[in-house]
Amino acid sequence: MCCKKLSEAAAAKFAELDGFIDGLAIDRDDPRRRGRLIQVLHRAQAIFGYLPREVQLHVAEKLFLPEAAISGVVSFYNYFTTEPKGKYCIDVCLGTACYVKGSEKVLSEIERVLGVKADTKPTDDGLFSINALRCVGACGLAPVMIINGKVYGKVTPAKAVEIVNEYKKLG
Amino acid sequence: MDKINSQEALLAAYAACKGSLALRLLDKHDINSPKKEILCCGGTGCHASNSKDLMDLLRKAIKEHGLENDVKVIQTGCFGFCAQGPIVKVMPDNVFYVQVTPEDAAEIVEKHIVGKQLVERLLFVEPMLKERIHDYAKMSFYAKQERIALRNCGLLDPENISEYIANEGYQALAKCLFEMKPADVVQEVLNSGICGRGGAGFPTGMKWKIAAGVQADEKYIVCNADEGDPGAFMDRSIMEGDPNSIIEAMAIGAYAIGAQHGLVYIRAEYPLAVSRLQIAIDEARACGLLGKNIMGSDFCFDIEIKLGAGAFVCGEETALIHSMEGLRGEPTTKPPFPANIGGGYWGCSTNVNNVETYASIPVIIRKGAAWYSKIGNWKPELDEKGNFKRTISGNAGTKVFALAGQINNVGLVEVPMGTTLREIIYEIGGGISGGHEFKAVQTGGPSGGCITKENLDTPIDYGNLGKIGSMMGSGGMIVLSDKDCMPAMAKFYLGFTKDESCGKCTPCRIGTRRMLEMLEKICDGNGDEAMLEDLERLARTIADTALCGLGQTAPNPILSTLRYFKDEYIAHVRDKKCPAGTCRKLFKLTITDACIGCTKCKRNCPVGAITGDIKQKHVIDQTKCIKCGACIDGCPKKAIVKD
Repeated sequence: MCCKKLSEAAAAKFAELDGFIDGLAIDRDDPRRRGRLIQVLHRAQAIFGYLPREVQLHVAEKLFLPEAAISGVVSFYNYFTTEPKGKYCIDVCLGTACYVKGSEKVLSEIERVLGVKADTKPTDDGLFSINALRCVGACGLAPVMIINGKVYGKVTPAKAVEIVNEYKKLG
Repeated sequence: MDKINSQEALLAAYAACKGSLALRLLDKHDINSPKKEILCCGGTGCHASNSKDLMDLLRKAIKEHGLENDVKVIQTGCFGFCAQGPIVKVMPDNVFYVQVTPEDAAEIVEKHIVGKQLVERLLFVEPMLKERIHDYAKMSFYAKQERIALRNCGLLDPENISEYIANEGYQALAKCLFEMKPADVVQEVLNSGICGRGGAGFPTGMKWKIAAGVQADEKYIVCNADEGDPGAFMDRSIMEGDPNSIIEAMAIGAYAIGAQHGLVYIRAEYPLAVSRLQIAIDEARACGLLGKNIMGSDFCFDIEIKLGAGAFVCGEETALIHSMEGLRGEPTTKPPFPANIGGGYWGCSTNVNNVETYASIPVIIRKGAAWYSKIGNWKPELDEKGNFKRTISGNAGTKVFALAGQINNVGLVEVPMGTTLREIIYEIGGGISGGHEFKAVQTGGPSGGCITKENLDTPIDYGNLGKIGSMMGSGGMIVLSDKDCMPAMAKFYLGFTKDESCGKCTPCRIGTRRMLEMLEKICDGNGDEAMLEDLERLARTIADTALCGLGQTAPNPILSTLRYFKDEYIAHVRDKKCPAGTCRKLFKLTITDACIGCTKCKRNCPVGAITGDIKQKHVIDQTKCIKCGACIDGCPKKAIVKD
């Protein structure tokens, strides 16, 4: 039952991605079709949350490109991930402005409290994953931490842990 | 807005809507005016500080007082004074409120809008004078600035094209299309003296001239909005606050070089900028300012947004082009240059300029090269016709800097070229924060170097910064104080370039890693003096041999800190001390006899390393201590010392 439900959910995701790709009217004889790749991967990651091999293969087929071309791009850019993320993505900015205001301490405190390192796997309960980012351009608020798109400015290690605990309570 | 199908129609649209900005542009400030506009910053920084809720509550309060016909709340772009956000400016009263929270909305409306009195507590306190002031022109942060690229940021609603038109928008494009030949446009830009604001400082007019000289049916003009320098955010602010100026400038550039297609390559980390730019492109297209036969002329041009995916190297133009083609963003050797056939997007001739460069172009065309070239410290040599021949010294125009780090007024500042660092830091920036001593300014991000006290009075331009071992870069300016460790800063930047090295060429791929390892050893107290020599030699080799700008400039933070702060390196390797007290392996925290046993440090310690009974001297267990410094920050007696 559970498996069937999952596969239905997955099918819906693939259908959503196909709808997007079909809208681009990819012509298999046009060498410039490759120019759509990054755009498609952005959408795919937005739909699936990450880019596992089966999604990459699917994109390769739909864009008439070799799988290696997809994998090469996915592995090159920091924005793309082949690992699932936690329910809450904690992004800690390590841009220069945040760094000199102590964001490294914020990051190591969150890593210590959650017991996982940045840019690795999510916590065992699947709730959190930590990413170290390079500048989100909110330097006036340094140091900056972002949880699922919500920006927290001028955080301290203690404040960051407090915020993370709020999310933990939400579950 | 109706479709604009001629220059006359544009001027008619301008005449029809310029009144909409009257309150904002009024010279006569009047708190008693019944009609008012409340401008709220809608940039990323202020958004993060709830400016959206603030706007909603302001609108609600205005409605409750029945003033919705007279008082409007307008979301503008970034005011630049990001550390003081969210910012609210009331016009025509000319009152500037800082750090406004949604809870303040009701009071602003009741006391200021209805009661015609200033909300004193929300006024900015001038750090040097310790005085509250309401007039932004008198604030030292703004007084010395000359805002050209940022002219519309904090003034216009970026999601409404009619406001841009009301402020003479698209008139420069009309002037080009109907009064100038493409070659005249190129010459005008060349004569203005403007150089590429992305960092390299290559004359924009020259770039356009080269691209215009290529005979081809298909050409591209690209806006490089991959602002990767951590700590610089002027491009983001311009795109969020004034997207139409980018569109207008790209159309002007396309007309000048003969391109039909425009592309904006923008970081995916800037979602707000992407959405504002898309709105502006759609609006411009609907008005006939993009697309076929722009303003009824023969000129056809359209713009598409291309998203980046988080790679610093994509700011390099050949890497950027590869990324737009759906490839890994790896650079290639030049020539061929992007302007050459075979070197650009899909092999077509392509011209790439930076966001800030584009933002200045419409003003240059409208007010003329002669006007622009006099701003700044530019000394050109001209030919007999008065056209640009070569630069003798200095640069024309203004540059936007992102002032951040240990400084009071964090934000975006735009100053004429030739302004000194002292003016920027001590007048505009309000001095070093927290009463610390100025140590250095890092400019040019991971590719740049530092500027020290001795060079505080050097006029800032591309040439001068190069001479003192730094670079302009995109304009990130990180202020460092005596509590920042220079080898650790170099380590930070190398960590960045090591991560961002695309891996294509060996000097950069392996070299950045080796340099980082040496810096890590130095900062951990495991280095020796021979290592400093090795480090310097390796740095010079990589600068000479790497393929693209990223690798060639990656050693700059090392070379420049070695040049000016050799003593700090020596302290790390010989004495095994970190003078700034930031390298964790080189100090330990101990509690002195000044301890009164208040237990605060014990409670603050995240790892339980501190023991001691109340009213007794506490002790830190060195095996548990992670040297986070939380105990120091909380100690009322300053009894915890780094040693």
